[in-house]
Amino acid sequence: MQSGGTLRRRSAARPLVETAILKNSLLEALCKLDPRTQVRNPVMFIVEVGAVVTTGFLLADLIHRAGTPGFDAAISAWLWFTVLFANFAEAVAEGRGKAQAENLRRTKSDTIAHRRNAAGTYEDVAASSLRKGDTVRVSVGEIVPGDGEIIEGAATIDESAITGESAPVVREAGGDRSAVTGGTRVLSDSIVVTIATNPGESFLDRMIALVEGAQRQKTPNEIALSILLSALTIIFVVVVATLYAFSQYAGSTPSIVILVALLVCLIPTTIGGLLSAIGIAGMDRVMQRNVLATSGRAVEAAGDVDTLLLDKTGTITLGNRSASDIIVAAGADRTQVLQAALLSSLADETPEGRSIVTLARHALGAQAPSEPPEGTQFVPFSAYTRMSGVDLQSGSKIRKGAPDSVIAWCKEFHAPDLALMPEVERVARRGETPLLLAIDGSPVGLIALKDILKPQMSRRFARLRAMGIRTVMITGDNPLTAAAIAGEAGVDDFLAEATPEAKMNLIKREQAAGRLVAMTGDGTNDAPALAQADVGVAMNSGTQAAKEAANMIDLDSDPTKLIEIVEIGKQLLMTRGALTTFSIANDVAKYFAILPAIFIAAYPQMNALNIMHLATPQSAILSAVIFNALIIIALIPLALRGVRYEPRGAAVALRTNVLIYGVGGLIVPFIGIKLIDMLLQALHLG
Amino acid sequence: MTLTGWLQAVLLFLVVLALTKPLGTYMHAVFSGKRTWLSPVFAPVERIIYRFSGVREDDEMPWYIYAFAMSAFSLVGFAYLYTLLLTQAWLPLNPQHFPNLSPGLAWNTAISFLTNTNWQFYSGESTLSYLSQMAGLGWHMFVSAGVGIAVAIAVVRGIARSGRSTLGNFWVDITRVCLYVLLPLAAVFALVLMAQGVPQNFNAYHTVTTLEGRAQTITGGPMASQEAIKELGTNGGGFVNANSASPNENPTPLTNFLEILAILAIAAGLTYTYGLMVGDTRQGWALFSAMATLFWIGFAVIYHAEAAGNPLMHQLGVHGGNMEGKETRFGIAGSALFAEATTATSCGAVNAMMDSFMPIGGLVPMVNMQIGEVVFGGVGSGLYGMIEFVVLTVFIAGLMVGRTPEFLGKKIERREVQLAILAILITPILVLVPTAIAVAFPAGTATLGNTGPHGFSEILYAFSSSNANNGSAFAGLGGNRFYYAATGIAMFFGRFFEMIPLLALAGCLAGKRAAPAGAGTFSTSSATFVFLLLGTILIVGALTFLPADALGPIADGLLLHSGRTF
Amino acid sequence: MLKQLLTAVRITVISIVIFGFVYPALIWGIGRVTWPNQAGGSYVRAHGRIVGSRIIGQLWTRPQDFAGRPSAAGKDGYDPTATGASNDGPDSSALLARVRASLKALRSANPNAAQGIPIDLLTASGSGIDPDITPAAAYYQAPRVARARHLPVATVRRLIVAQTHQRTLGILGEPRVNVLELNLALDRLH
Repeated sequence: MQSGGTLRRRSAARPLVETAILKNSLLEALCKLDPRTQVRNPVMFIVEVGAVVTTGFLLADLIHRAGTPGFDAAISAWLWFTVLFANFAEAVAEGRGKAQAENLRRTKSDTIAHRRNAAGTYEDVAASSLRKGDTVRVSVGEIVPGDGEIIEGAATIDESAITGESAPVVREAGGDRSAVTGGTRVLSDSIVVTIATNPGESFLDRMIALVEGAQRQKTPNEIALSILLSALTIIFVVVVATLYAFSQYAGSTPSIVILVALLVCLIPTTIGGLLSAIGIAGMDRVMQRNVLATSGRAVEAAGDVDTLLLDKTGTITLGNRSASDIIVAAGADRTQVLQAALLSSLADETPEGRSIVTLARHALGAQAPSEPPEGTQFVPFSAYTRMSGVDLQSGSKIRKGAPDSVIAWCKEFHAPDLALMPEVERVARRGETPLLLAIDGSPVGLIALKDILKPQMSRRFARLRAMGIRTVMITGDNPLTAAAIAGEAGVDDFLAEATPEAKMNLIKREQAAGRLVAMTGDGTNDAPALAQADVGVAMNSGTQAAKEAANMIDLDSDPTKLIEIVEIGKQLLMTRGALTTFSIANDVAKYFAILPAIFIAAYPQMNALNIMHLATPQSAILSAVIFNALIIIALIPLALRGVRYEPRGAAVALRTNVLIYGVGGLIVPFIGIKLIDMLLQALHLG
Repeated sequence: MTLTGWLQAVLLFLVVLALTKPLGTYMHAVFSGKRTWLSPVFAPVERIIYRFSGVREDDEMPWYIYAFAMSAFSLVGFAYLYTLLLTQAWLPLNPQHFPNLSPGLAWNTAISFLTNTNWQFYSGESTLSYLSQMAGLGWHMFVSAGVGIAVAIAVVRGIARSGRSTLGNFWVDITRVCLYVLLPLAAVFALVLMAQGVPQNFNAYHTVTTLEGRAQTITGGPMASQEAIKELGTNGGGFVNANSASPNENPTPLTNFLEILAILAIAAGLTYTYGLMVGDTRQGWALFSAMATLFWIGFAVIYHAEAAGNPLMHQLGVHGGNMEGKETRFGIAGSALFAEATTATSCGAVNAMMDSFMPIGGLVPMVNMQIGEVVFGGVGSGLYGMIEFVVLTVFIAGLMVGRTPEFLGKKIERREVQLAILAILITPILVLVPTAIAVAFPAGTATLGNTGPHGFSEILYAFSSSNANNGSAFAGLGGNRFYYAATGIAMFFGRFFEMIPLLALAGCLAGKRAAPAGAGTFSTSSATFVFLLLGTILIVGALTFLPADALGPIADGLLLHSGRTF
Repeated sequence: MLKQLLTAVRITVISIVIFGFVYPALIWGIGRVTWPNQAGGSYVRAHGRIVGSRIIGQLWTRPQDFAGRPSAAGKDGYDPTATGASNDGPDSSALLARVRASLKALRSANPNAAQGIPIDLLTASGSGIDPDITPAAAYYQAPRVARARHLPVATVRRLIVAQTHQRTLGILGEPRVNVLELNLALDRLH
């Protein structure tokens, strides 16, 4: 696991399919011929039935030494190939997932858990017997036996088995970093964990089941498409069955083998054969980006997303802001203000705090104190006060924080001088966060914190806009700052001073307007919103609650990943649509190959419909059947990789795809069938 | 082909185009219950009908009640006509003293009119009393057209509504469409027809002695009133056997033009009504353009085939286009235009005999019906038939833009696909299976008027026409008990197994919330979509029938050109 | 459900009254006042009696009359109580045999015809009671009729010109000659 990091994104040079998988898939394709398995794919099941029928006729030919055994053998063989090719496509797609599942399963095996029993002592049990609510202790060097929440202690944990990321992470009880995942290893310290899942339901289990495609549930769109394909199949069964009677009226009884060949060519075998491979491969692409989806449905829904809610911090901007300016109030002493800024931030170890210290030090030069004076009391930041600062031994109090909070604090002393407020607004309007600095109830200065936008974000948002997705930035900032940052980043809208409730309301509002909403989150207070959103992506670094509420988990904890997931979802649907269109459009050429060949016996004049000038009726039918089989193989790479995806409007996408797969689907088989016919002639096989 | 022939088609198209918006707007007002300029006349009548029938105007129906009401009304109408035809000998307005119809023919005719098919196994002038014509067939011509339009409107309501589960009130819809739309148009049209020479009397047939001293029996009857609604309601059941070829029903080139116009006008107008109802008239025009494209292709092919004429006749030294079965006053262009209009819609009236068309000229009407008459289509049925194809196209195309397909903001999911496909599936089954049975058994081939591929075409045409509720025929095919039963079944299922799934689909869509359109959703009014829609219609709709058509008209054409006769 | 069924019966009853009786009666009433001739059947009077309907074709067999098109209506053709066409397919041997026979008969009846036989004289109409022939078909028969009636051909031709109905609005339909009217006009020449 460590060496390969199988789940990590592959380099560009990675082959689509490894040779080992190919070999296994060949065998697997044969096993899938079992009618009980095959019947799950009605289109290919019909082909299999057809193959059995033609093989029967072949045997009859051979026994009675009559008929056209050579032709029947060729048709039978290619019909079997058609089924096998489709099975092979599915097997290859599954094979890639299975290889990943194997690696995961190795991690999972024989973990021993120390479970706390009723007496409060710990006993060793197999990890697989742990149930939801059990409490276990995990010590240094041990593997976490299941998904859960740390209730005591903190530890550094190696999550590489799951995420492939080798840098250890810190997990501790309480707060938003309390979740641990089964299969990860504790590197330091010891923790007590409450298990959150029953056997078979853990993260790892779901992941294995998913990549194996074992109990793969068909997604809603896939079901709808299957219905369409089955209906087309029924129509063509009727068409071909009635053709038997019609031909008899015309005075010639067509051979059943030829009618079966026609049926197989007409039913949508191309998409029917590749449909499940497309679905599995889509899930696989999600996995390769280190995202776990709880269902294919979620991935499909990602393609439908209309509105994307993105947290500003960490997604749009780098997590840390830096001080860009310290403004001194009119009438205040510059050095005193700078020193106050410095002192109030010295204990603040956040990047923001450090950037204030650096800026203030730079401005003060030699006058900068290196150490806080004796007896200084630090007042840490709290979400409640939204301020931090220091109480000096002299009794002087310095506070810095959100302007309204600081003003409120000032009011405890006397009515504060509001001269700085226009300056506060100006800073906010620039997209920077103003921190008001006050000494003993008098605002003396202003620190401007500047957000640093992640590079290239506005391009990504433009891509999303081209796809028709609206981006909404969620931020705790005041509306002015939020508006400025939103403008700079290029998002379509923002939600300022966001509280969990406001976020939830926004989602509900969007959904009521008929839009599908996607969001990312990691904290426990994100959980309701994650559950409410149509696509909720939890960060792996987040809490267990968030992970449970989400329908996808990003192992890299990269909030911008959502954009890629949306693209994969879209690509998945596009691939299905494109191949369906292609498959249906193919029928035109096949009709022109086979119909004249069938009817020529009754009416020789029908050769006028043989517009491809195929050499003989046998060769025409065989060429169509061979083309029909080979096109499945030819399209497997496309099914696995997905059609080329570019972010662009639906109108453009539709036009391009109609041109490629619709018009292309009309033309390609004419060429293909003609070439095969010529080849058959050259080899004297027709 | 002549320039005037083409000009006649262009003029027709321009008039249809010009009428689409005003007629569509008027119908929209009628179906939304708004006051129209005819309200002073009809509103009191409407109130009387509601009071008499116990209908509450604001009683909204969910789809299944709507479907039940529609079915109940159809059932009562069937029982009524069946009884009437079986008892006409004992009832008034029967100056010719025609006997009662045989049960088989009465059954077939009753189903035929109930389903807006108007298949003519009967010959009106020698079978039906005036009472059966006007109060039986004529009444059905109003209400079966009304049912079609009402269902189409209910389906569109389902598409247009958001988060509601009802589709309107069937009784109100049918009353309004018959009273405000069909009745005034029919009355005006009937007067024009009468002025042009279509009889409207209750006289007994009159036997005259011709100049050469022969006796000729001139028929009569309330023809003008019947003819008007026959075309307007895309019914097509002729007062006389020869239908609109007969100078009694269609005496002049002007009546011919107006009859074609009447066949197309309401169906074309409904595309605009649809646009208005869904709040975007471009949607309606998109359907209109898809329909118009197919219309022109169809007309061009028929006109070309008929104008080119019959090579077997040319070999005899007789030149000119194919005039067998056509009337002098209409000529080839006027006959080709009528044939295209009557099969593009579900009308089925004919002014020339399709059986005697050139094989390719006869292929086009057949294909028109096989794709479900979506080229303007029957009043109402054309619109909802087209909507089936739109849903199917949206589903395939929608996937190609990478979203769950949406039709006017509503997601097309499993259930919608299921219902749309059910409605589409019924067509090939109801056409191909009975045709196969007919050719396999003597009862099916006993009454053929022609042999060889042309005979096959007669059977294929009969079932294409019955299933599509068209009613036109390769009239060489005679009626017998097999055909009474088989076409009756095809007509019945062809109508109700399309309507009911579509109402269910509408019920489904009505309950969904519409998402606003954006850059990520594709427009169903773009040229690309119209192109795709045409592709779907031709590939899914028409190609299904290619093998059968190949053995019928296509083989017929190829054999004919090689000089073979049957 | 029962309620809907009852409504169905009631709506049926009242709508039969309106659309099945009131509507045709209204049209009939208006017709009696405004277009009594057309509504009555467009009867044509000559020699003090009704000789037919203007819109209904008749069978003409005498050489001095212009003949109409072949008809498949009724046993002898042109029977308005049995309208209809041959329904022969274009490759039907019956059709071709009929055309051959017509060709022969027309050729022998019109030995002096100036041009080839127009196709409408060889093909049955759709209704079997087509009242018209093309001007070409009339001109084709002009020498025969003129001869039988001892009229100059030019006179007959002039009559055809006068009796030709052009296309409506110059676009609709085809130019045509009503055979009954043409023959009546011929009679009036004497």
